[in-house]
Parts: sequence; C-alpha cells; structure tokens
Amino acid sequence: MAQDLDAFRAETREWLEASCPEEMRQPVDGEGDVYWGGRNAEFKNEAQKAWFEACREKGYTVPDWPKEYGGAGLSPAEAKVLRQEMARINARPPLSSFGIWMLGPALLHFGTEGQKQHFLNEIARGEIRWCQGYSEPGSGSDLVSMQTFGEDKGDHWIVNGQKIWTSYADEADWIFCLVRTDKNDKYRGITFMLFDMTNDGVSTKPIKLISGNSPFCETFMDDVKVPKSYGEGIPAYVGEINRGWDVAKYLLGHEREMISGAGNKERSGSLGPKLARNGIDNPVLRAALAEYDIDALAFGCMGEKFLDELKVGKGHPAQPNMMKYAGTELNKQRHELMMSAGGSRALEWESEETSGGTPARSWLRTKANSIEGGTSEVMLNVIAKRILELPGA
Amino acid sequence: MPLYLDEDQQMLADTASEFMAEQGGIEKQLRHWRDKGCKDGFGHGLWEQFAEMGFTGMMVDEDHGGLGMGHAEAGIVLEQIGRNLTPSPFLTSSVMAASALDAASDDLKGRWLPGLVEGKSVFAVAVDEGPKHNPQSIKTRAEKSGNGFKLTGAKTFVVQGASADMLVVAARTSGGDADDDGITLFAVPRDAANMTQDPVRLVDSSMASHITFDGVELDGDAVIGDVDGGRAVLNKMLSAGRAGAASEGVGVAGGAFDMTTEYLKQRKQFGKLIGEFQALQHRAAHVYSELEIARATAIKAAQMLDEDAEKADLIVSVAKAKVGKVARLAVQEGVQMHGGIGMTDEYDIGLFMKRDRALHEFLGDHYFHADRVARLSGY
Ligand SMILES: Cc1cc2nc3c(=O)[nH]c(=O)nc-3n(C[C@H](O)[C@H](O)[C@H](O)COP(=O)(O)OP(=O)(O)OC[C@H]3O[C@@H](n4cnc5c(N)ncnc54)[C@H](O)[C@@H]3O)c2cc1C
Ligand SMILES: Cc1cc2nc3c(=O)[nH]c(=O)nc-3n(C[C@H](O)[C@H](O)[C@H](O)COP(=O)(O)OP(=O)(O)OC[C@H]3O[C@@H](n4cnc5c(N)ncnc54)[C@H](O)[C@@H]3O)c2cc1C
Repeated sequence: MAQDLDAFRAETREWLEASCPEEMRQPVDGEGDVYWGGRNAEFKNEAQKAWFEACREKGYTVPDWPKEYGGAGLSPAEAKVLRQEMARINARPPLSSFGIWMLGPALLHFGTEGQKQHFLNEIARGEIRWCQGYSEPGSGSDLVSMQTFGEDKGDHWIVNGQKIWTSYADEADWIFCLVRTDKNDKYRGITFMLFDMTNDGVSTKPIKLISGNSPFCETFMDDVKVPKSYGEGIPAYVGEINRGWDVAKYLLGHEREMISGAGNKERSGSLGPKLARNGIDNPVLRAALAEYDIDALAFGCMGEKFLDELKVGKGHPAQPNMMKYAGTELNKQRHELMMSAGGSRALEWESEETSGGTPARSWLRTKANSIEGGTSEVMLNVIAKRILELPGA
Repeated sequence: MPLYLDEDQQMLADTASEFMAEQGGIEKQLRHWRDKGCKDGFGHGLWEQFAEMGFTGMMVDEDHGGLGMGHAEAGIVLEQIGRNLTPSPFLTSSVMAASALDAASDDLKGRWLPGLVEGKSVFAVAVDEGPKHNPQSIKTRAEKSGNGFKLTGAKTFVVQGASADMLVVAARTSGGDADDDGITLFAVPRDAANMTQDPVRLVDSSMASHITFDGVELDGDAVIGDVDGGRAVLNKMLSAGRAGAASEGVGVAGGAFDMTTEYLKQRKQFGKLIGEFQALQHRAAHVYSELEIARATAIKAAQMLDEDAEKADLIVSVAKAKVGKVARLAVQEGVQMHGGIGMTDEYDIGLFMKRDRALHEFLGDHYFHADRVARLSGY
C-alpha cells in the first residue's frame, strides 16, 4: 500500500513536472488568475489553457470523483498525495467552480445516475458554470424562511421570486436554486431545482461591493418555466420534491468546507517569512506576525486532520462549521496584517504597482468571508447546538 | 500518517483514559497528596501502576525492556494525564529523560532504564538557570577532573528534582555561556556528594527544586552522549518535552472545557439554564474550535518528531505556543462561566487554571515559542 503510494507520488511528480507550466506555479493573486470555465469562458493566457487541458485529460479537475463522471477515481490517500505534490510546487487549481465545490458533492450524494452522467461530466470538463440561488432579501441567515415560489403545473413549475447575493449570476450558465413548492411546511416544502439562466424570465442585476467589484447579483425570476425533467432519468430537481432542504444543508457543509480554506496552503501557511522580505524592523509587528503564524500553521494542521477524517467518515458531521468559522476569521486577520505590512502602498486603489489596488481590494473582499455561506455567528450557533449540545440553542 | 488515531492508538487512548480517570483522578491523586502536604507532590504507588500498564517505559526500546513506542503514543497518555491533572513524573522521566538516555552508552542505559521501566525510579531534568526558560545560555560548568568531571553551578525550578533518583543535567564543558557547542549532559545520581536541593511548592501543588552543585564529582561514564556535543541531545530532549507538554496541555484544556459545558447544562439563572444564553454559547463554541485546532497541532508535532521531519522543531514550537494560548482561554473561560463557585477551592475548575499556569511556563511559554517560530522562519 505504502509502496503503491510512493510509486504514485513519483509518477505524479513526473507528470506535474511535464504538465504544469511555470506561470501556473505562482500564488493566485486576484480574480483573473482563476479559471472558472463555462460557455463564455476565456483563458487569461496560453499557460492557463494548457494547464487546464492537461488536468482535464487526467481527471484532475476533480481528482477524487469516479472516472465515469469525469474524475480520476483517486483513493483518499492518492488524492492527498496529489494535493501535497501540487502544493509543493504551488500549482494553481486548474479549474474553480461552484459545480466542483458545491453542486458536485450534492449530486454525488443525492443525484440519479442520469444526473451524475450528465451534469458531473459537464462540471469536470468546465463546460457549464453554475451559480447558487439560496439567499433572498428577507432570508439570509434564516435561510429556511425563503419565499421564491414554484407553482406546480403538472410537467413543469412556474417560478416567481427574487434571490440576492448570487455570486457571478451574470456569468453563470445554470443555477441551483431553492424554491418553495409547499407553502404549508417550512422545512418540507422546498425543492432543489436546476435550470438554465437563459430561460425566459430570469434576469440579473449586479451589486457593487465595497471593493469596487461586482461579482454578485440580484437574480429575478419572473414566470420562469422549469420543466420537471431534462430527459430519461434526468429530473430537474435533486433529491425528492419538497425535500430540497436536506440537499441544501448537505451542500452547505461542502460550501463551508471550501470557504474554510482547509488544505489551502496559501491561506493556512505562515505570513512572516513572506513579509519579512520587505524588512520588518518593528518588533511589535514582528510579534504580531509570529502570533499570526502560530495560528495559521496550527490551522494548517487542523485542515490536514479535518480532510483526513472527512475522507474516512470520522469526525463530527457539523465539523465544517467549525472549520468555516476558524478559517475565515483567520483569513481576515491575515489580510489585516498584510495591509499593515504594506503600509501606505497597500492603500493605493488604482496604481500599477499594486495591480490595480489588489492588496486593498483583497482585504475588503475577505471581510465577506465571515458572512458568505453562513455568518460566523451562525457557525457558532451550530457548534453550540449540534456539537456541544447546549440547551435551547 | 493520517492525522487521527489508528486502531492501536485508539485502543491505547481508551485504556489510558479509563486508567487515568479511575486511578489518576483529581480526588484520589492531586487533592489527596496536596492536602497531605506530600513532599513529592505525587504518589509512588501510582507510578508503579503506570509501570504495570506499560506506560513508564513506553518510549524505551524493546532491547531495554520498553515498548519502543513514539511521541504520538506518549502524547495520548499525556492528554489523559492533563485531563485528570494526574501528578506524576511521566513527562520528565518517561519522555524527556528517556529521550536523553536514548543517546547514552549501554552501561548507562543498563544502570537506569530498568528502574524506570519497573516504576521504581523517577528522573528529573535540570536545564534552566533562571525563572524563564532559556536553554541557550548554560552557565553550570563541568571541569575535567581525573577520569571524570567536577560539576559547579546552579539549576532552578527542576520539576520533582528532590524526588528524583537521577537528574539529567545540562552543563558546559567548554566555550562561552551562550554557545551551541560545548554542552555535555550528565546523569547525576541523587546521592551525589556536594549537591544540595532546595525544594519549593508551586501554585499547582507540584514540587520543584533549586539545586546547587558545589564541585560534584562525576565519573566519566556519567556522560550521556558525547562530551561537548550535548546540544543535539539536549534539543531532542527539549523537543520531546515540549511536544509532550503540548499534549498534556490539550488534556488540561479539554478537561476544563468539558467540566464547563457540563456546568452550563446544569446551572440555572434568570429561570433558564445558563447554557441557553447566546453570550455564553458563542464563547463556548469559540473555545471548542480553538481546542480542536490545538489538538490537531499537538498530534502533528508528535508525528513529525516520530518521523524526524524537517520542520518538526517549528511545528513543536507552534504546538507549544498554540496549546498555551488555547489552554489559557479554556481555563479562564471555565472559571468565568462557573461564576462565584469557580473561585472556590472546593470546585475543581480552579485546579485546572493552576496547572495550566505551571505547564505553560514549563520549557518555554507562549512568548518564548512565538519568538522561536519567528526565528526558525527566518525573521
Ligand atoms: C461574498 C458573498 C458571497 C455570497 N454568495 C452567495 C451566493 O452565491 N448565493 C447565495 O444564495 N447567497 C450568497 N451570499 C449570501 C450569504 O449567504 C448571506 O449574506 C449570509 O447567509 C448572511 O445573510 P444576510 O446577509 O441576510 O445577513 P443577516 O442574516 O441579516 O445577518 C445580519 C447579522 O445578524 C447576525 N445574525 C443573524 N441571525 C443570527 C442569530 N440567530 N444569532 C446571532 N446572530 C445572528 C448575523 O450573524 C449578521 O452579523 C453571499 C454573501 C457574500 C457576502
Ligand atoms: C470573591 C467574591 C466575593 C464576593 N462577595 C460577595 C459578598 O460580599 N456578598 C454577596 O452577596 N455576594 C458576594 N459574591 C457573590 C457574587 O456577587 C456572585 O458570585 C455573582 O453575582 C455571580 O453569581 P453566581 O456566582 O451565582 O454565578 P451565576 O449567576 O451562576 O453565573 C454563572 C455564569 O453564567 C453567566 N450568566 C448568568 N446569567 C447570565 C445571563 N443572563 N446572560 C449571560 N450570562 C449569564 C455568568 O456571567 C457566569 O459566567 C462574591 C463573589 C466572589 C467571587
């Protein structure tokens, strides 16, 4: 077993050496460095394209998914080796998508064979870009109070309502969306639907953020016709009708895992050595960095433990909430320190030196970490209730 | 290695947890010896039971009667020791001294290890010379004298020094006070002439000694490892101790935290269980999260020592510092959430606070290790 892994490691190293272009071995530094796939996707450069295509061939856009769904079918141990080897050379993720992080795991768990064959392969090949329609203006933390309604018309629904904070809705091809299909049952009256954003009646409006970017939208659904099926064995909903809340919660676990940054070397690595290159001559800042590095490296250990346990089904099912809480609070602190170390230069908003204000914009973006995917307060509520089993929580 | 306990380790954890709760519990050990004013601060009977369980020699190799286990396994036992505040010489004897003796001659091993394995002997380690951990500076000197050495100087806060049958003493055989080279470790028997002990009781009821060496004569075969080349052995011993202290700290924090969440589920105020107040829930959930991270880090540090990994020293310091911060948080929140009753001697929660303070100081506090993390990272 260990020998097989050693062989796999050697093989992986060789493959990475041959397949991962030098430009793709740099830390991600802004939105343009990430490839999201989709119908309208464009590669930033040749290297990004080559790296994505090499990974797609190997199934390495989703290494631990089964081969028949576009993955590489790696065992947990092999997937860990691949992660380690990619981290070793700072390889960028070849493809980022809500399909990989969120919808994919939900389909693997709840989907029909037909849905898996169809949607998972599309996701793995980066063909369709997905967005998440959960939040509504009146329903954020209290997600289950959502009101978007789908009226049953036999072979289809007519959906009306409004979603908000839909990340990249204006660039997404399809949406996975929570729709109320029974007004009388709060939890058992929600259906988890999948539909095309080009359907009549779907429209989006960007929301400008404090970072000056607008990756989010309000999404309006105005008499949208959603068929109940996309063909033999491919229903347009995941799980059962009216039982979408189970799927939604399962997916949130994966979303939180992803946002936590567990296993993300750039986010759980130390900061001091990097910033020290600019010379830290202030002992108080040095001490703050050392404190941060302790927390970051410790979180890195936790990330490793969390992923190891996840793969073998150990650990508490609510653990992703703890990881999300700890990881996002840490990431905010990381960017505070990067701003401090950067000094006035980090305040520049449009300059070339800062690639258009990257430090400041990234810092502002991280403030959302403890809000998106469930706020830190909500994470603490879940930990208190489900893990610590405190009363009345 | 995956970062969770494998089957054998889980079995050890279950055994250690049951044993320590039954035999090493607070009432039976800590309070018992404390209230008696015991000069050792721990029970030798329990130490022999440790031996029967196979704990005392768990890090000793099989050729010398031990079990040949690693830091990861020692950490499992230490977590249970911490959780029950069990006073014992396990960390100094079975982890630190055993790690140093690993580098000793067969003669020296033959002299000391059987007693350790049987639970008859207790060892202490004498490194520090002031109230803050500073192993870089060692002033105690050992001069060549005939076939042996003459030891002169003083060590402070040697945990269980006065109870120990043998002390691992770090002394300088050449060079300047802060040099890396020129350090030699000695195995000094308790009855050595010209050695005086001045024991003090610490806040956690443990005993520590201030020891003076006034020309203590040592045979040449008291040397552990190489003359002048002791820094590497010393570092190994310190790493073993620091990783071990981190595991024990996880236990202290975990014990305090469990006691606190239990209390939150029992105590009523304003007509509600206090655990229903979100102000307390969020703080408890925060402590839980930090504690999980600290535990992962302590396991990682022990594994890296076992694997002799390149960054082991760095992660050991991360673990000692992180656990230090987290255990502090857990015991302080523990006392706070117990309200007034947390301030009474009758309730155990305060005992956790005391043990945390002593353990935190041992082998470098959180500031010491933060500084070390920065240095090892090149800034
Ligand atoms: C960057 C980003 C990306 C996002 N992407 C998407 C997306 O793609 N799709 C999507 O559907 N949604 C998305 N969201 C929405 C996100 O899920 C919600 O913003 C989040 O769930 C919080 O809801 P809210 O904004 O309505 O805040 P509210 O729920 O109104 O919360 C306001 C404050 O009250 C606190 N609070 C609320 N309830 C409690 C409670 N019970 N106890 C204690 N405190 C409480 C909150 O913690 C918060 O501090 C995104 C948000 C952000 C910031
Ligand atoms: C050193 C000392 C001297 C004292 N001297 C005197 C004295 O001279 N005379 C006298 O009468 N009393 C005295 N007291 C008692 C003191 O006033 C009480 O200990 C204090 O009011 C707290 O009450 P409690 O101990 O019952 O804790 P509890 O009320 O049981 O509280 C336990 C925990 O729950 C929390 N909690 C309780 N209610 C809420 C809530 N609604 N929301 C959030 N958290 C909550 C508390 O903050 C605490 O963390 C003394 C106490 C001490 C420690």
